[in-house]
Amino acid sequence: MNDKSTFVELDQVSFGYGSRTILRNISLRIPRGKLVAIMGGSGCGKTTILRLIGGQIKPTSGRVMVDNQSVAALNTHQLFLLRRKMGMLFQMGALFTDQTVFENVAFQMREHTDLPEALIRNLVLMKLQAVGLRGAHHLMPSELSGGMARRVALARSIALDPELILYDEPFAGLDPISLGVIGQLVRRFNDALGATSIIVTHDITESLNIVDYLYMIAEGVVIAEGTPADIYQSTHPYLKQFVNGHADGPVPFHYPAPDYAHDLLGDGL
Amino acid sequence: MKSIADYLTLLGHQVTERLVLLGAVFHFLFSIFFMSGTCLRRPWLVVREIYFVGVFSLLIITVAGLFVGLVLGLQMYDTLERFGSGDGVGMVVALALVRELGPVLSALLFSSRAGSAITAEIGLMKATEQLTALEMMAIQPLARVIAPRFWAGVISLPLLNVIFCAVGIFGGYLVTVKLLGVDAGTFWSQMQNAVDFRQDILNGIIKSVIFALAVSLIAVFEGYSSVPTAEGVSRATTRTVVLSALVVLALDFVLTAFMFRGF
Repeated sequence: MNDKSTFVELDQVSFGYGSRTILRNISLRIPRGKLVAIMGGSGCGKTTILRLIGGQIKPTSGRVMVDNQSVAALNTHQLFLLRRKMGMLFQMGALFTDQTVFENVAFQMREHTDLPEALIRNLVLMKLQAVGLRGAHHLMPSELSGGMARRVALARSIALDPELILYDEPFAGLDPISLGVIGQLVRRFNDALGATSIIVTHDITESLNIVDYLYMIAEGVVIAEGTPADIYQSTHPYLKQFVNGHADGPVPFHYPAPDYAHDLLGDGL
Repeated sequence: MKSIADYLTLLGHQVTERLVLLGAVFHFLFSIFFMSGTCLRRPWLVVREIYFVGVFSLLIITVAGLFVGLVLGLQMYDTLERFGSGDGVGMVVALALVRELGPVLSALLFSSRAGSAITAEIGLMKATEQLTALEMMAIQPLARVIAPRFWAGVISLPLLNVIFCAVGIFGGYLVTVKLLGVDAGTFWSQMQNAVDFRQDILNGIIKSVIFALAVSLIAVFEGYSSVPTAEGVSRATTRTVVLSALVVLALDFVLTAFMFRGF
């Protein structure tokens, strides 16, 4: 297990709330320095994987290893030390609404480092320049559009140059231009920082453009994996439906129901 | 048809549920104490919150204090005058404000103005994943968000209470001396003779500190444990105001019994 080339590893991990199982004996490896997407339809358990990696929840069985440490076995102090190596982009941005764009990006630098304010100022401006929002440093989160807020959140998640960046649905709800911008930034930050990145998303087109490797999850198990080229060539029926966006296929359009004619002609439901 | 055993089970369930909740509240309180080191190292965090909960409550506290003093002066003068002792109105106004009305009314106003705001803010921070974001940044929300707001409440309310009492007494002075013609010297000297610093003023402030602990704890606890949805935050905010009012009034009775009747 002490493998330097693997940064994150899920080994036979299961997780569920009560009787509801979300992940079943799932195993995946995220190599150091790579940009990997975890894909699947809504409710397939992909965000749960991010929360397991971040140590917000513990698996019911199996092991989640990050940087050769078992996340569930760490105490709060050790977990917080590990999290300092992580940056996370939340689906809704989770910007601090009582702080300006500048203060949001500076937040972790002020909390975790003793850097002089002049240096923090320059670092923040550099992060904001990287996402194209240096001119918006004085705005409040409520004054930003969805795409801008996502970019600020992106700048905040890389504020301390993390080794691992977790992206929860970075493309959700964005217009095509913003979507392309975020995609390129995600790729660029991964390469420029030498970081390992995990994207959880259901946006297959954008993901196939930027990622190195892809895991496809359905009903709590990995059903396919490979490089974008592998995925394009795959004949797996679920993958074909997902890539082409067909309404019906292995994932049925209709919720399970009795026979249609029987329902129409019968009385009562 | 439910049997007696069913009702007993239900009663037992209700009681244990309340006890578990009470345990959770005190566990939360001790966690705040435990995590208060950040507030000591960076007092600016608390000062900033004092500005939001304390300074922004000044208007409602002073206006309410003034009107309470005005009404109290009118009513007390009217009643006392029937016994020919209208001159003692200064004493009665001061005692009523310092011992009871000041601490209780300022706590009720504070919970409506600042407590509800704290609950809503923390609840919305939870709903928009800001608290989770803090945890993922390796920062304890209890130390960075909850404790500063809690201590800001605990520090602000006793100060607001003092302001409420002072403005209230001034209101009483205005209405009785300037309007009804009570002699100013008598008004102040009667008050000075009757109001004891330790017995009346200090006890009033102690009451206010205890109310401040209760109201602030309820506000941060309700926010932190709220269901992270629009409905959940709205319910938590309502609960903060209602629960604070009930707890303040009940505590006031207990404290008065101990302080002024020597039980």
